[in-house]
Amino acid sequence: MHPFAYARPHDEAQAVALVAEPGSTIIAGGTELLNWLRLGITRPDNIIDIGRLPDRANIGLEDGFLTLGALATLNQIGEHPTVGEHARVLGQACLLAASAQVRNRATIGGNVLQRTRCAYFRAAEPLPWACNKRAPGTGCPARHAMNDEHAIFGWTDDCVAVHPSDPLVALAALDADVDLVSPEGARRLPVGKLHLAQQEAKAIGHDPATQETVLRHDEMITGYRVPLLPGARSAYLKVRERQSYAYALATAAAVVQMDGDTIQSIRVALGSVAQRPWRLLRAETSLPGNRLSADTVREAVQWDLDEARPLSGNAYKVRLARNTAVRAIMAAVES
Amino acid sequence: MTAPTEGRAIGAPRPRIEGPLKVTGAARYSADNAPPDALHATLVGAPVCQGRIVDVDASAALAVEGVVRILTWHDLPTFGPVPPWQAAVLNLPMQSDRIQHEGEPVAIVLATDIQAAEQARTMVTVRCAPTPPVLPGQGRRNLITASEEVDESGLVEGERGAPFRIGDVDAALASSAVRVSETWIQPSRHHNFIETSGTVARWDGDLLTVWDSAQASFIVPNVIAAALQLDPGNIRVIAPHVGGGFGGKGWVWPHQILAAAAARIVDRPVKLHLGRADQYTSTGFQPLLDQFLELGATEDGRLTALRHQVSNITSMTEVYVEAATEVKDLYACPAIDVSQSVEPVTVNLPTPMRTTNEGCGLWPLESAMNELAHRLGVDPIEIRLRNHADREPTTGRAWSTKHLREAYEEGARLFGWYSRPRGGRSEGNWRIGTGMASSTMGQIRFPGNATVVLQRDGDVVVRVDIQDIGTGLQTLLAQVAAEELGTSVEAVRVEWGDSDLPSTGPMYAGSGTVANTSAVALACRDIRKQLGEHSDTDDVLDALRQTDLPQITGDGRYELPNRVPMDMYGGDSGYAIRSFGAVFAEVAVDPELGIMRMRRMVGVYDCGRVMNARTARSQMIGSLVWAWGKSALERSELDPTTARWMSKNLSSVHIPVNADISDLITIAFIDEPDPYASVTGARAMGEIGATGADAAIAEAVFDAIGVRFRELPITPKRILDALAEMGR
Ligand SMILES: Cc1cc2nc3c(=O)[nH]c(=O)nc-3n(C[C@H](O)[C@H](O)[C@H](O)COP(=O)(O)OP(=O)(O)OC[C@H]3O[C@@H](n4cnc5c(N)ncnc54)[C@H](O)[C@@H]3O)c2cc1C
Ligand code: SF4
Repeated sequence: MHPFAYARPHDEAQAVALVAEPGSTIIAGGTELLNWLRLGITRPDNIIDIGRLPDRANIGLEDGFLTLGALATLNQIGEHPTVGEHARVLGQACLLAASAQVRNRATIGGNVLQRTRCAYFRAAEPLPWACNKRAPGTGCPARHAMNDEHAIFGWTDDCVAVHPSDPLVALAALDADVDLVSPEGARRLPVGKLHLAQQEAKAIGHDPATQETVLRHDEMITGYRVPLLPGARSAYLKVRERQSYAYALATAAAVVQMDGDTIQSIRVALGSVAQRPWRLLRAETSLPGNRLSADTVREAVQWDLDEARPLSGNAYKVRLARNTAVRAIMAAVES
Repeated sequence: MTAPTEGRAIGAPRPRIEGPLKVTGAARYSADNAPPDALHATLVGAPVCQGRIVDVDASAALAVEGVVRILTWHDLPTFGPVPPWQAAVLNLPMQSDRIQHEGEPVAIVLATDIQAAEQARTMVTVRCAPTPPVLPGQGRRNLITASEEVDESGLVEGERGAPFRIGDVDAALASSAVRVSETWIQPSRHHNFIETSGTVARWDGDLLTVWDSAQASFIVPNVIAAALQLDPGNIRVIAPHVGGGFGGKGWVWPHQILAAAAARIVDRPVKLHLGRADQYTSTGFQPLLDQFLELGATEDGRLTALRHQVSNITSMTEVYVEAATEVKDLYACPAIDVSQSVEPVTVNLPTPMRTTNEGCGLWPLESAMNELAHRLGVDPIEIRLRNHADREPTTGRAWSTKHLREAYEEGARLFGWYSRPRGGRSEGNWRIGTGMASSTMGQIRFPGNATVVLQRDGDVVVRVDIQDIGTGLQTLLAQVAAEELGTSVEAVRVEWGDSDLPSTGPMYAGSGTVANTSAVALACRDIRKQLGEHSDTDDVLDALRQTDLPQITGDGRYELPNRVPMDMYGGDSGYAIRSFGAVFAEVAVDPELGIMRMRRMVGVYDCGRVMNARTARSQMIGSLVWAWGKSALERSELDPTTARWMSKNLSSVHIPVNADISDLITIAFIDEPDPYASVTGARAMGEIGATGADAAIAEAVFDAIGVRFRELPITPKRILDALAEMGR
């Protein structure tokens, strides 16, 4: 670990100013940043601790929206009754992440900015092998070697990593917005537009391996806004090797509105299959108006999965992702 | 004085006497020691898997504030030859420019604080001339012959993996009515103990004190003294607690020598505590095993032939044999042919882990027995009973004691085996299946040594240089002393973990219990004998008080038959000695998501006399937890390009967590003393629960979804791929 300077701003204005300085990195709960420092993934000169900024851990209802402050922890969100009532899928996703101890520190602001679990990426410095994300231009060993847990959507030859977050998948299925602030002012983005799959980064002329979000360096997440959907039911399903304290092989977040037996609206996002939550847009457009049955749902979901591009070691993930999505949708309806 | 306990002290479910030390954080592990003026050491590991060091540029690292010195192989003395079966690695690192495996120490950073040492080590640039890796499957398999494995040191590990043959297996197979012939694979796995290994070394003139994390601290002086060419009597080892060893701290590893060598060079105490990532290459691991096993049987399921060919990976420069063929004595069989080979690949040297030998060998043998039972339509217990070995098959010796039949019967009763639904059943999205297997563990024995002091005030002190590896041995020793002397367990204080105490054997393979409960019992009997010369009362304390002695000391030396330094499977006792058990599993599999869950398990074990019902039960639960890890989760994978371990941390290398483990685990013991195994009737228990359980779990998966897995672990990927291949 390399030496750095540490600052703890008292209010948001001060934080915004400090964060905008070159060489600055935000620390909130520190559960992810500390790993990076130890492994040598980042070497910030200044660490700006926003963990004690006032009023940023709020969870509440406001004008038809559920609002979450960026400093709310995964346990606070997961255990909050308002979240349980209006965004069950998000609460479930939070509580299925990490361990109880980590969730007590992990913030929802930092969570969406955690980086891939690709083992090549997570090696300690000096980096013993190639990795375009760690050392741009060196190559992507996972492309043809150990890629069992890597992407089936959106990847390029440059990088086949997935985003590991659970809550992010739920936020995407909920059509949440993320609120950002910088010295230039505030802006709001759909959560689903925050991250870039490698193909998308490439399409807009960025480095597919390193350009993971549309966030600018001087921007800070202040919170999220989740639109309340009357009568919506939701569920989150996480599949992993170990029953607790493990990242997912695949996850699905489903938000469904029913009209009797008929699907009125549906939104489904898959997690751990791409570098961003992957919405199943074909299923979302084809299912409304249909009577709910596992077969109908499976057929619709399969249509999205037909687009998957598995790697040498992860064909199983296509099947797994489909089954996980079907289960999550059925679980949402039954909830 | 405290009143003598009612009834027997041995066997009672006593809580561990060191428990309060641990839960209050007062237990001192090796890294908790930092002598004044100590330097913190970190290791710079070789960046490539084999080759030569061209140069080590430490200039940037030396500029880090707090860094005192950076040692390379040029700075180290030439080590003397170290004894095999004590030193894990014979070709010690930092003796030349040669790199034997990735992560092998090539430099030692010494700094006044750990932060500086950690920072500086990432700034040391090691330039190498690499040689390409050799990966599993690419190496040449070398057959192990008996002579290669015999050693001169006296501390012989039997003939590990020597070929063995009786009868004509080819002919028997050719004429057998049924035949199972398959290959079973299990991956490399690391011990993944919580406390990483570490050594603190301090020289006072010619005297060396070592605070260590070791399962066999009595060999630490031998190895360090051999390497540094000094008298082992000048080395004191303090190693009371071990935060998990599972075999990985059984032998002496290079970092232990390097810490002492570095401390001598800089003339200051040195603390070398391995980081989590270092641990993956600085001690051993259980090697990848490929086992071909063939069974021939008659139509009614009687074995006619057993062929078992085992191959494990080893390092490029040394041979480690995972003696999985040692399961050849489990069943009666007229024709047996076993052999082992090793495949050198560019990795660090493997080492025993959690019931070496049988833990590995029962995976194919018990799986094959289950396949045979299925093929013949015979119940898995029945086929095992039909092949029960009434004597040790390979020697014809009688067993010391053997209660395997009772274990099957009791296990079946506790599990409800005969009323289970066969062919699995459904429960929501789950398919539920059941399976069983035998367990066995050969007895590896060492001599033991202890003294017991009885004081006039009634206090008893047991003194023995054991290490606390978490199994509760100190408590057992207190129980033995209390029972032998007729005092209360509370009156007994145990002193352990310091080489100034009577030296005794290692703490692995259950040998610590056998040797040390025996030695303590003998020491107590020595007290009785001495007092008997003065008095005729049975009460030792009364007898002592009739003398004018302030205290009386008894010496206990537990010797093996023919006074050998180590024996296996009964040695020269005239009997075959082995522990046995039966294990049952109910597993749920979700075929759509590929996940599986432990629903319940039952294990019944025949390990001689149970010395403490609580610690014994805990030990078996722990073993089943590890068995679940092996079956469902654990593997250490190598990157195919660099031959480096893919992940060197506990967040990516999965071992079971509580959520994986059912609370429906039932453990029972036959609890019959084995008079030939030890003085107290105890027999090796070790991690016998981790043997056979993988085969029981895999059988349960087969019962549930009809897929036979012959490669571990059974992951969601493997389940989904297998079902897809079957078109399901
Ligand atoms: C052992 C372990 C297991 C885990 N398992 C899971 C899991 O199963 N599922 C899962 O979803 N997550 C998991 N996590 C990840 C964990 O949820 C995240 O590390 C955590 O949410 C990050 O939040 P933090 O506040 O600690 O972020 P920090 O570590 O403080 O920061 C992480 C990153 O976010 C940036 N950042 C933080 N806050 C802001 C902000 N407000 N605005 C802009 N940038 C910001 C930081 O600069 C940094 O780049 C696990 C973590 C650990 C350590
Ligand atoms: S997938 Fe991405 S993170 Fe992993 S090795 Fe390739 S470039 Fe690096």
